[in-house]
Amino acid sequence: MSLHATHREAGQVTVVELSGRITLGDGSALLRKTIRGLLEDQRKMILLNLADVDYIDSAGIGELVSGFIAVRNQSGELKLLHLTKKVRDLLQITKLFTVFDVFSDEGTALRSFG
Amino acid sequence: MASDTKHLEITLETQVESVNLAEEMCLRVAEAAGFGEDECYRIGMSVREGVINAFHYGNQECPEKKIHLAVDLTADKMIIHVLDEGAGFKLADVPDPLAEENLLSTSGRGIFLMRAFMDEFNVVPGRTGGAEIVMSKKLPAPGGTSANGQGGQSAAPHQEA
Repeated sequence: MSLHATHREAGQVTVVELSGRITLGDGSALLRKTIRGLLEDQRKMILLNLADVDYIDSAGIGELVSGFIAVRNQSGELKLLHLTKKVRDLLQITKLFTVFDVFSDEGTALRSFG
Repeated sequence: MASDTKHLEITLETQVESVNLAEEMCLRVAEAAGFGEDECYRIGMSVREGVINAFHYGNQECPEKKIHLAVDLTADKMIIHVLDEGAGFKLADVPDPLAEENLLSTSGRGIFLMRAFMDEFNVVPGRTGGAEIVMSKKLPAPGGTSANGQGGQSAAPHQEA
């Protein structure tokens, strides 16, 4: 299953709804394009909803980190919402849980943006 | 090779599509061998990472080079070989992705994931001059997927530095 991405505005925050697999090739490329597109539109507060992302490989992890850095370099914030167990486990063993702000409740996540 | 070993071998093009193909092929073998869902996920991910490594780092995405994937099913384990046609590398030279200075690296986690998800993992010089990743997973006990139906191993990922 390839990756699909849509986004909606919630005040100052853009919520990106992702579904499918973030893997080498089209999946990671779409994530990159989506985040870079938002930054070009000056949307710098980004919440990635990963509830329907059931698979991420090392290329996908790299793209998440790349997006995180790109947003931070523009004084924005990129946070994660609703991780599946597999994605949560991956972020834990790669210690990226200590890097990303991760939320299980959208309201709490939205209020956390500066 | 022992007579009761089943051997499967395929030569893949150096292209992104080979990553999915290799993963799907090995997943079918793993399922047929009796691995549960969680272990199949770990095996599939490891094959994926092995082929990504060969595609990107080994063969440098050069379409003239090939990726050689082999699977052996012995009496007690599934062994996967991924061989590239690059210049080879030493495991000791691979940076630790968990080191503080590497946490925000956008690459370099594939080897770590293979080590974490498989029972045995090594990189040896290949017959092509490139690197050969050799990794294995112990087969589940006969008729013995664990009580949660997820195979013989713990559901928690193995953690290694």
